[in-house]
Amino acid sequence: MFACSRRFGSAGLGKTAILIRSAGGIERGFVVQVCRACEDPPCAAVCPTDALKLRSGGGVLLEAARCIGCRLCVDACTVDAVLWDDESDKPMICVHCGLCVQACPYGVLELSKGG
Amino acid sequence: MVCWNSLKVVELVEGDPIKNVLYVDLTRRRYWIEERNDLFQKYIGGSGVAIKLLLEECRRGVDPLSPENPIVFAVGPLNCVFPMASKTVAMFKSPLTGNLGESHAGGRSGIALRSAGLGALVIRGASDTPIYLSIYDGKASFRDARVLWGMRSSYTVGRVIREREPKAGLRTIMRIGRAGERMVRYACVITETYRHFGRLGLGAVFGSKKLKALAIAGTNNIKVKDIKAYKELYQEIFKSEITAPALKKYHDIGTPMNVMPLNKLQALPAYNLKSASLDGAEQISGENLARNYLGRRVACGHCPVSCIHLAALREPYEKEPYFYKTTMISYDYEPIYALGSMLGITSPEGLLKLIDEVEVAGLDAMSCGVALAWATEAVEKSVVSSGPDGTIVNLRWGDYNAYIKAVEYIVEQPNEFYKALAHGVEYAATKYGGLEYALTFGGNEMPGYHTGPAAHIGYLTGARHSHLDSAGYSLDQKILASKGEPTPTSVANTLFEEEAWRQILSSLVVCFFAREIYKPEVVQKALKVVGWDLSLEDMKKIGYEILALKHEFKRREGFKADALRIPKRILETPTPFGRLDEAFIRDAVKEYFARLPRSTNQP
Ligand code: SF4
Ligand code: SF4
Ligand code: SF4
Repeated sequence: MFACSRRFGSAGLGKTAILIRSAGGIERGFVVQVCRACEDPPCAAVCPTDALKLRSGGGVLLEAARCIGCRLCVDACTVDAVLWDDESDKPMICVHCGLCVQACPYGVLELSKGG
Repeated sequence: MVCWNSLKVVELVEGDPIKNVLYVDLTRRRYWIEERNDLFQKYIGGSGVAIKLLLEECRRGVDPLSPENPIVFAVGPLNCVFPMASKTVAMFKSPLTGNLGESHAGGRSGIALRSAGLGALVIRGASDTPIYLSIYDGKASFRDARVLWGMRSSYTVGRVIREREPKAGLRTIMRIGRAGERMVRYACVITETYRHFGRLGLGAVFGSKKLKALAIAGTNNIKVKDIKAYKELYQEIFKSEITAPALKKYHDIGTPMNVMPLNKLQALPAYNLKSASLDGAEQISGENLARNYLGRRVACGHCPVSCIHLAALREPYEKEPYFYKTTMISYDYEPIYALGSMLGITSPEGLLKLIDEVEVAGLDAMSCGVALAWATEAVEKSVVSSGPDGTIVNLRWGDYNAYIKAVEYIVEQPNEFYKALAHGVEYAATKYGGLEYALTFGGNEMPGYHTGPAAHIGYLTGARHSHLDSAGYSLDQKILASKGEPTPTSVANTLFEEEAWRQILSSLVVCFFAREIYKPEVVQKALKVVGWDLSLEDMKKIGYEILALKHEFKRREGFKADALRIPKRILETPTPFGRLDEAFIRDAVKEYFARLPRSTNQP
């Protein structure tokens, strides 16, 4: 999460596109919420302004200028992978750069096709 | 004597929300934010800012359990910015010692407060009905907690709030158990289930305000001065954290890796320190627990080490075959010492069950264990049954079922004896007798190190009477390893310098386990990235100043260095240095306090 924010030039958690939360209490372990790069992404399908363009290799790219901040994409993503940037009032869209993978000291995350 | 009045005033990075102090008045149910650049520019954050706020907010002589006692939380500029800057500082007037109350905790607290756009949070007044507060991006809501009040388990309270509140993954949920509600003087505040503002009774202060919990979250951005320098330094710090052998040990076995070495050294307090080693210690050692019970490791927010170890305790139901209850119980060195070796418990399962009971109730594990150890010896010596109401308490070394019952009694306080015990060991021993073996220092129950003179001098002189104030236990072990010849002056000076430097670490606020990484030069660079341009000399001055301010508060509230009691027991049971010499300890204590100014120069 911090690695992701750093990529966007900031510290803190305001700009993360990946979220780790407990699965209902720390004792139950953790859940990673992150974009799985759909080939047929529902988030793009619901966008009224076509701000989410299909990305080659799966997932979507945000064309910020078109986005009106309606949050439909947030609801559309089945795995809750569209997070929100309060500062710009636009979605945080995962760009699949893999910085989070490099930052994890325990090899929990992996950047791969399929799966 | 050092003179340190002119502190450097830094310019904060434009837009850094750290200057925001959220004031919440529980009596009037109001809140507001004040920009306190003045505090952060001079005292950095964390401990530095918290002690200034405490001095402002807490009038001389207030009852720690009255609405007039404030609660202050503060974070620092490195929280959310660098890894292992994961902690939050809490300050209040301690209902246990009657002077400075300060405790630190991690979990997600530091990240959440800073992300909520706050540098500090001040809670004033008291509610007339149980409430909890939720604070998102600097806005507070007062929520009904009547249903949560009196709930048996602190775990359940956490679960309910987790389900009612938003922002999973970004939030901290601090809460008290029944011990806090019933104002046991060493009740703790639990955060994220397994981390604690443990020492000195913050839980009781929450309870006195009818404040059951705090949920805090936010998504504030934090701007840095120079993004390129930031990314580079981040990588450097991160790399040293994941490669440091000492931190790898914290990950593998956790803090209980200390059990065996201390036992071998004859420095592990056992049976209320009648002994400094425990037969069967290997059974409750970190190695044995990791091998047979470890179920999961977790970390505080923004920490790659993950030193927090959770045991999975699988207990069969008595009546039904093949039916088990599995509980996750967090264990650390401190509870193993206080609830294990001090009570002569060598059964890992018995120990885990007792730790769990203490967590359910929301008590500080260390104070609770030392209280039970004192009570056991008092029973043994027939001091207690001769108490005013003839209370009979059946406590025997190693009998964990009896101790589990006793924890319940400390919370419920069904008779005079347990009422006294809920006030702390010093109070109970003053009332019933047995001060010679009442292991308290400045009113706070003893931490788990009988390593030598420096450890005990540290407990006596430390502003919080904690082993983490100046790490005397570590100094003892260094002296032993180098076969050094300590003098009262050398010990006093080393402890003083260490405690002063730790004021900086706890103003940032970094985990003390990262102290070997956050050396002064690294701290200086890291602070520069977030806008605090300070020289090594500036930092040193600030450290002295914060320490002096803490002692100003202590003195104001009646703390007297020359009245400090040295428990006889620590002089009777040999340390790795042999028997301790009382005159040596007294001299060192004197030298330590001579380094503090009589009255701090207020700038
Ligand atoms: S954000 Fe969700 S819906 Fe969109 S591509 Fe990623 S996983 Fe699929
Ligand atoms: S928030 Fe922006 S990207 Fe998402 S659906 Fe609405 S317009 Fe499209
Ligand atoms: S080392 Fe342990 S206590 Fe320190 S920040 Fe990491 S997980 Fe928390």
